[in-house]
Amino acid sequence: MKVAELPTIHLAFQEIKSRAQWHWQELWSSGRPVIMVGAATCGRAAGALEVLRAIRGEIKRQKLDCPVIEVGCMGHCYAEPIVIITKPGYPPICYGHVNAVIAERLIREFILGDDPCLEFALGALAENDLVPSFSDFPRAKYEKKVILGNCGQIDPTEIDHYLANGGYSALIKALYMAPEEIINKVEESGLRGRGGAGFATGQKWQICRNAPGNPKYIICNGDEGDPGAFMDRAILESDPHSVIEGVIIAGYAIGARYGYIYVRAEYPLAVERTRVALRQARKLNLFGKNILGSDFSFDIRLFQGSGAFVCGEETALIASLQGEPGLPYYRPPYPAISGLYRKPTAINNVKTFAYIRHIIDNGARRFAGIGTEGSRGTAVFALAGKVVNTGLTEVPMGTTLRQVIFDVGSGIPQGKHFKAVQIGGPSGGCLPESALDLPIDFDSLRDAGAMMGSGGMVVLDEDDCMVEIARYFLEFTQRESCGKCTFCRLGTKQMLEVLDDISKGHGKIEDIDMLYQLAQDVNAGSLCGLGKTAPNPILTTLRYFRDEYEAHITEGRCPALMCRDLIAYYIIPEKCERSCDACVGSCAVEAITTNKKRIKVIDQEKCVKCGTCLSACPPQYNAVVKLSPPSEVPR
Amino acid sequence: MSTDKVKETEEKVRQETRRILKRVGRKRGNLIPILQKVQGRLGYLPRQAMLEIAQFLDVPAIDVYSVVTFYNQFRLNPPGKHSIRVCLGTACHMKGGYITLDAWKRRLDVDRGETTPDREFDLDTVACVGCCTMAPVTVVDDKPQAKVEPTKVDGILLSFEHEREKKSKENQ
Repeated sequence: MKVAELPTIHLAFQEIKSRAQWHWQELWSSGRPVIMVGAATCGRAAGALEVLRAIRGEIKRQKLDCPVIEVGCMGHCYAEPIVIITKPGYPPICYGHVNAVIAERLIREFILGDDPCLEFALGALAENDLVPSFSDFPRAKYEKKVILGNCGQIDPTEIDHYLANGGYSALIKALYMAPEEIINKVEESGLRGRGGAGFATGQKWQICRNAPGNPKYIICNGDEGDPGAFMDRAILESDPHSVIEGVIIAGYAIGARYGYIYVRAEYPLAVERTRVALRQARKLNLFGKNILGSDFSFDIRLFQGSGAFVCGEETALIASLQGEPGLPYYRPPYPAISGLYRKPTAINNVKTFAYIRHIIDNGARRFAGIGTEGSRGTAVFALAGKVVNTGLTEVPMGTTLRQVIFDVGSGIPQGKHFKAVQIGGPSGGCLPESALDLPIDFDSLRDAGAMMGSGGMVVLDEDDCMVEIARYFLEFTQRESCGKCTFCRLGTKQMLEVLDDISKGHGKIEDIDMLYQLAQDVNAGSLCGLGKTAPNPILTTLRYFRDEYEAHITEGRCPALMCRDLIAYYIIPEKCERSCDACVGSCAVEAITTNKKRIKVIDQEKCVKCGTCLSACPPQYNAVVKLSPPSEVPR
Repeated sequence: MSTDKVKETEEKVRQETRRILKRVGRKRGNLIPILQKVQGRLGYLPRQAMLEIAQFLDVPAIDVYSVVTFYNQFRLNPPGKHSIRVCLGTACHMKGGYITLDAWKRRLDVDRGETTPDREFDLDTVACVGCCTMAPVTVVDDKPQAKVEPTKVDGILLSFEHEREKKSKENQ
């Protein structure tokens, strides 16, 4: 049965849409310049709010009439705060690393005057003869924006912006389709869940639709707990309606009555923007009772997670929605059959829902045409760590790690050497240079020992110690283990202690075998993904960087000069400049003194190895070095 | 504190909690949102508040306590005036977040999870705030600060000190 036989839905939506389009057009065609400021969390951390204040202040002082819009994240986080100015007669120009002073100058010289201040420009958003555009960037060759398309281009707190850019038209289309038709379409597209495991979305929906039980639930999993990943945050902050639309369509396809959007508490801005978006969509009756006059009713609530990594696991997330501690439970039955309050529940990741509107609007075949045989569509990655262009990127599945890190990310800063890329967070692994030409999809990464996870990518260079990164993740999983399964609770603790010993130089060579053994046990004896995959960071670092473990154990040396117990800071007397005092002033614990020859000396007893002196020492002297083992320091 | 004063505080906690409970449904699924609201109001979850909530939802008090102690977000002691949250996500860690944490510990002379004796600052860590491109990040009073290295720790503390001095001068 089709819910919408009547033309009323269409008419009701047309009215909403034309009003939105009118608003949008009014914004752009009034001849006024339009200023957009990237004010997602990353931009705010870099000072976007100060920039915003400066811009508004200057506009007021100059008595200008031009709209200032807060937009989300464009993905170029390395250049935050970002300002985009669209002035009639010029292409939309994007400025990077803007501060209050530059912002005021842009207003005075570009908005008021005619100098587009190209020295601060990052690029233009459209092809033109004046400034290179983003499509000329080498990364443009690889990027394909599907779900990031709106991010940074519209005001996430204005539903009209979303509507005017084709928003909610997929929902209307879906309402005129039979639910099975939608599920078939999603199945045809080959969409696999973007939360990490990669289960076929269409299949999940089908199971959930067929499962007996009422009411059924939809849950959008935005508990992006992987440290080092921020794709879901960026999408919820920049384009929350795209996720909401996906959730409503899923609700219709499955025959659900309620939906939950679960966002973690560490993302206050994402929570706020989602809340605003829900309020606006409800007001226009895009969800709620009898959506746009149809007989389909569906309600969405926002739920804030409260800081437990294990709640990213679907069964633990359900427990927390029910007001219980987030302990996972045994599957099967899977949530699609018996989930929230033991009713059929479809849980998908934020990104999975964001793809739905594109599949409905543009067809399954278009989506399936992107990507590889087993993994269709695009993948969104959060690039962080030792890479020049940190930020978000969306590339077709099957793009290689090398293309993402070196072409999109522009490689490693400061001329350092690439060592590994940590992908998939605590469940993933560290892949070395030899794996760089792997095409990224769900299956290839698993073969290499990592997993796609939700898409966090942390690039590591020669200064990063592989034992330390394994230790870091074990410390994380150990702390976040909910404690239900003995092997996870105690096994991760044991592994952490072994790694602690190794990173302090107290390791034994037999420890490596013990780690392998423990890894197997923890994997076999744990119920959920957290425990099952907790050993992955150890297994991959052992597989690809065993020599580093051995150097720690046998020589007491940290090859990357990172493990603090195995290094010492030393000032080379020959290089130290007598007239310079930079390190002395910088030292937080007054461990650096000047000797009779006015050469600076570090008191190894007092030194806390924070490295401030190394960054303080002027590059022309470069006198401070790290040595490992600490016994290398001359007496 | 005198017993009268203790009773007075407890009564206040109860009243505040009840005021929040008036606006929510008696459903177990509302437990976490209720706790979040109460903590948002009081800054932490005192015993009296937890007891009130247990009674309201008709669940054993231990269930409320187990949820409160399970999730990282909830705290059982009053926060400081300024909250310092050092991000220890992967990118922050690899860019020296642990060194930043050490610097905060050294300067404030408290460990993670503790509040300074003058109740000015409370120091804690957070798993990841998703600002990985700005690593290492410290969230100071809910505002993520980019690239906080030991020298910036000193800078942030100095600005708080300036503010305090300014205020005390104004008060004079």
